[in-house]
Amino acid sequence: MAVREITLRVNGRVYRGRAEPRKTLADFIREDCGLTGTHLGCEHGVCGACTILMDGEAVRSCLLFALQAEGAELTTVEALADGEHLHPIQQAFWEMHALQCGFCTPGFLMTTVAFLRENPHPTDRDIREALAGNLCRCTGYQNIVKAVAVAADALAARAQTVGAAPASRIETSALAASLDAENTAHVPQGWTAPEVKKVRRKVSNSDSRVRGDRSAGGAKAKRRRARGR
Amino acid sequence: MKPAPFEYVAPRSVEETVRLLGEHGADAKILAGGQSLVPLMNMRLARPSVIVDINRLPALDYITPGPGVLRVGALCRQRTAETSPVVAAQCPLLRDALRLMGHEQIRNRGTIGGSIAHADPSAELTAVLAALGGDVSVQGPGGTRVIAASDLFVTYLTTSLEAHELLTEVRFPALPPGAGWSWMEIARRHGDFALVGVGVVLAPRGGVISEARIALTGVGPAPVRAAEAERLLAGRAPSEGLWDEAGTVVRASLEPEGDIHASPEYRKHVAGVLTSRALREALTRVGETH
Repeated sequence: MAVREITLRVNGRVYRGRAEPRKTLADFIREDCGLTGTHLGCEHGVCGACTILMDGEAVRSCLLFALQAEGAELTTVEALADGEHLHPIQQAFWEMHALQCGFCTPGFLMTTVAFLRENPHPTDRDIREALAGNLCRCTGYQNIVKAVAVAADALAARAQTVGAAPASRIETSALAASLDAENTAHVPQGWTAPEVKKVRRKVSNSDSRVRGDRSAGGAKAKRRRARGR
Repeated sequence: MKPAPFEYVAPRSVEETVRLLGEHGADAKILAGGQSLVPLMNMRLARPSVIVDINRLPALDYITPGPGVLRVGALCRQRTAETSPVVAAQCPLLRDALRLMGHEQIRNRGTIGGSIAHADPSAELTAVLAALGGDVSVQGPGGTRVIAASDLFVTYLTTSLEAHELLTEVRFPALPPGAGWSWMEIARRHGDFALVGVGVVLAPRGGVISEARIALTGVGPAPVRAAEAERLLAGRAPSEGLWDEAGTVVRASLEPEGDIHASPEYRKHVAGVLTSRALREALTRVGETH
């Protein structure tokens, strides 16, 4: 089969490579771009480990061929952290112990980036639905759900402090650049007592918020209850 | 490399697509969202020698509200339709079914036309199209033809489309004014394929049901219209007893096959229960549409 010249834009950078049409986007990102943060689990669209952003939307990179992504703006997990400074979502995962072996984490992170941009103030139910397309074989789901709630709060707080465009509007290509100095104040440099307290407070806050949402219930939640789901 | 080798073409027009399909016939496979095809290729259960990628055909990506019908281009992404205000206003049954189709990452790529053409026996969209009595346009070398939902779904993963034809548009009739609707399904996990799903439309007139439409997925090789239950409901006043009666009729009329996920008995039972529940929910929404 004919090998083709393929040009992709990943995390704002242009990558050129040569590959057969049957090479998946996930393989091209890992092998040709050298961006091995994107992981491959099932390779047939079930596990979500290979989730990346394509023009800002979360997609399975194992179900696309590399040449289909020509002309698109791709964002992988490598774009999240700014050098030493973790992205608020990564920070929340770290603080909440939302990863054990870490293999599924890049997929969860990219899913969360797209999800919180669209739904900056999610309920517990929203979070669980959003994460349903990603599998964690360590089964550490509880902490992942908590981490997403904490990340939502952190991003909302940042949007307020910075007064710039809310996190929900940040362009994917500018994700890395968007991590500003204010944000680093949020990054604890170790597990000191105050930090641990802060994290505990966040969890209890997010839990009570979740319960509040449940009891108050929006129209959507009511409908779901009525449907017995 | 996961998939077997193939030749790749990305036509720039519907005409070019149809010409390529005519050239390659059954060796070619159309790639739309790829959320069903590519897993099959990655597992080498499908080994098409030519992939005709229609993702460079923006002309097939649209949602156009028409009088009484919603016209959706074959390449319209499921997520686009799910979040479209036009779909919500004209065809909330479609929106509600889309919300339970796979996961958001899947729906961001998966297309309306692709799901219809793939005709998975537990797909949501096939049952929605059947319940609404919609149709599709397909284009072949000889021109365009229209296929009604009732003639489209033949059996497992098989439609009445010819190998050289391209599905270009799906038409979902808008709900009748004031009609209630409901989509319900049972799946093992959120986003999984439905074991059983049911779509219901209830059109009221002066305190009675003027028309009921019920279609189920996951209970046969193709979506099933519950014609007997529909007849039972027409002209009757809504009541709890009536919903139970309809559920019983649906349950008795089905002959689903069992598989590793669920036995035939379980599927029949769930189909009856879901039908009753969906009718009950549809009634609460009567009057919500304009």
